Amino acid sequence: MSVDVLAQPRSVAWLSRANPLAKLGAAMVLTVALLLTVDWVSASVALACELAILPLAGLSLRLLLVRGWPILAAALAGAYGSALLAPKTGAVLLEWGPFLFTEGSVESGVAIALRGLAIGLPGIIVLASTDPTDLADALAQKLRLPHRFVLGALAAMRLVGLLVAEWQTLGMARRARGVGSNTGVFGRIVASLGQAMALLVQAIRRASRLAVTMEAKGFGAGPRTWARESTYSRIDVWVFGAGVLVSAAALAAAVVLGTWNPVF
Amino acid sequence: MATSQHVVPAAVTARGWGWQHSGRPHQAVRGLDLDIAPGERVLLLGPSGAGKSTLLHALAGVLGSDEEASEFGSLLIDGVPAAAARGRAGLMQQDPDAQVVLSRIGDDVAFGAENLAVPPSQIWPRVAAALDAVGLRLPLDHSSSALSGGQKQRLGLAGILAMRPGLLLLDEPTANLDPAGVLEVRDAVLNTVAETGATLVVVEHRVAVWADAVDRIVVLAPGRPGEGGGVLLDGPPATVLAQAREMLSAAGVWVPGHVPPTRPRTNSGGGELLLSADDLAVSRQRGRRRHPAVPAASNIDVALQAGTALSITGPNGAGKSTLALTLGGLLPAAAGSVLAAEPLARGAAKDPYRWKGNQLIERIGTVFQEPEHQFVTGSVLEELRFAPKLLGRGGDRVDELLARLRLEHLADANPFTLSGGEKRRLSVATVLAASPQILVLDEPTFGQDANTWAELASLLSELLDAGTAVVSVTHDAEFTQVLGGNRLELGLPIEAAAPASAPVPAAGADAQSLRGAA
Repeated sequence: MSVDVLAQPRSVAWLSRANPLAKLGAAMVLTVALLLTVDWVSASVALACELAILPLAGLSLRLLLVRGWPILAAALAGAYGSALLAPKTGAVLLEWGPFLFTEGSVESGVAIALRGLAIGLPGIIVLASTDPTDLADALAQKLRLPHRFVLGALAAMRLVGLLVAEWQTLGMARRARGVGSNTGVFGRIVASLGQAMALLVQAIRRASRLAVTMEAKGFGAGPRTWARESTYSRIDVWVFGAGVLVSAAALAAAVVLGTWNPVF
Repeated sequence: MATSQHVVPAAVTARGWGWQHSGRPHQAVRGLDLDIAPGERVLLLGPSGAGKSTLLHALAGVLGSDEEASEFGSLLIDGVPAAAARGRAGLMQQDPDAQVVLSRIGDDVAFGAENLAVPPSQIWPRVAAALDAVGLRLPLDHSSSALSGGQKQRLGLAGILAMRPGLLLLDEPTANLDPAGVLEVRDAVLNTVAETGATLVVVEHRVAVWADAVDRIVVLAPGRPGEGGGVLLDGPPATVLAQAREMLSAAGVWVPGHVPPTRPRTNSGGGELLLSADDLAVSRQRGRRRHPAVPAASNIDVALQAGTALSITGPNGAGKSTLALTLGGLLPAAAGSVLAAEPLARGAAKDPYRWKGNQLIERIGTVFQEPEHQFVTGSVLEELRFAPKLLGRGGDRVDELLARLRLEHLADANPFTLSGGEKRRLSVATVLAASPQILVLDEPTFGQDANTWAELASLLSELLDAGTAVVSVTHDAEFTQVLGGNRLELGLPIEAAAPASAPVPAAGADAQSLRGAA
């Protein structure tokens, strides 16, 4: 029984029909736009638009929290740090020993958090609605990246999923040998390091067997054809257009409302 | 379908061919002269170290990347050096997990054809025909990770078939499979060969699986000095098996109709109760408060006495290994309980899962299916000393085990460099070094040659008579027959499942035997 974390059922959401490159392009435009300014208006506009797009990627808010909580946690930590360290302008909101928060510092903290979320969310949307195989096809066929590299990475990705189950099995196999009997923090660290080493050995051995399989199937020896053709369709125009539109709207809103705060 | 899939079968010619892997003192194959006619079906036999896999890999053109190695003589496919005959040969290996490249089965089958630059319009019809030929009728976007071992091997075969090779090379394709998987894969291979007319070369220990299906058996001699090298015997299956029966079974080959002699059990009386399971459910998942684990098997009752054997059988996915791990104190019970009786617990907790590592190994020893998972040091001797050192005991048992399992000459070798049979013997020896009262083994005889098999069965029979309890997950009917004891069959409707209180008698007596029947 294998726990293959990467072999989730293929997404059937509308966005999954778009070419991965169109989605990546849209996310990239948005990221660049948001990197230009640190203010809460542009970040809020972008974030609101992204949340509105979620259903098209087949994501519910709950699923988003499950997958995206590290980004949320990082954004909150960033907000706290900025509010603590940003220039103390405006009225004092809270002062307790060395902790001093003012209106100005809290505003920049909020802006940093919203911007972090607005930049991180497109990544989650693209990942959730893109099959790794489709991405590899697009990278090799449309971007003309070397197919040896792209398909090698794709095959390796599948093995990464198997490592989770392998780690579990190794843990049990080593307990059956008595590894980890030495209690205490140091003993446990040594046991975990040993297990990580064993996992690495197994991963390399499996990878070299897989390499023989791929070579025996004629991989990497010459020009190849593609059974799955990576194509652009009208959806891709919509997807990329939406990325540009949201970016423009976010920046325009910041300029109009006077919060434009360029980084450079 | 037969006409559309037909290929031009390949001819193989070897003249004085030899191969020496880099850093090895001797040639793996030496002085090989061999002709295989187009469309012939050949079973390749030989003792371990005879270079059977090396020959298959050379024919498949995957030996070339090793620049330090040296090649002698010539090895041709249709008159072209094998390394240059791209796409003419398809190779299938032993490990089902190393067979699959991509995550959807349709893409995986198409992979080889894509690499050979087959026009895309022809690939999908080929994929459909190949999946049909191996009997894998699943949607093209089915996950390739969610397949059984036999299905993965058939998927690999379909991928080879879609390349339309004239030569099919199978390197122990059924060694890691249960009996149902063995027949599944063999039938898929024979069906494929019948449909395409391709030449077939198969390496396998279990002669009975292929003897009726091949035209010819070729026995290779090891390439070491003093062993002659080249072809030892060559002819129709019946002739070769008649001529070389003794020699082949001495070399560990499973000859049809011959079960290697093993030490018989001398006492069958059970001792005191060691371990019991009561209404047990087992699962690899950790249950959480709101999402209890989905059990792999449930309603299991076991009472294990000293000096008795228990064989766990059942179809793929019935939870046999999960049960073994739970009884071995490696997984917590998902429901119900596993209880160590006082003679086993000796003051420790009742639940084996709560024991510390050093408490566990001197009470219950578990031998995993894959020996490599359990190697924790850099040499055979260190492996054997590991448990006694943990328990603060002397190492007198170590030398005894080294000798008993014929590992003395390998004492300084790295465990990962051993052969399959040696790895299996070592993994059993390392667990025995702690002298556990209960031994749990997961498919201990998978892929083993007849010699290792007999040694293992004899050793366990000896341990049983001396009072050790043995639990084994196994499909091997002869093996369970040697050990005796009870059988627990999982995966049946509840009313037909056998609780320990009403065990199925005479383990394996009614099971289909692949080896015994010719």
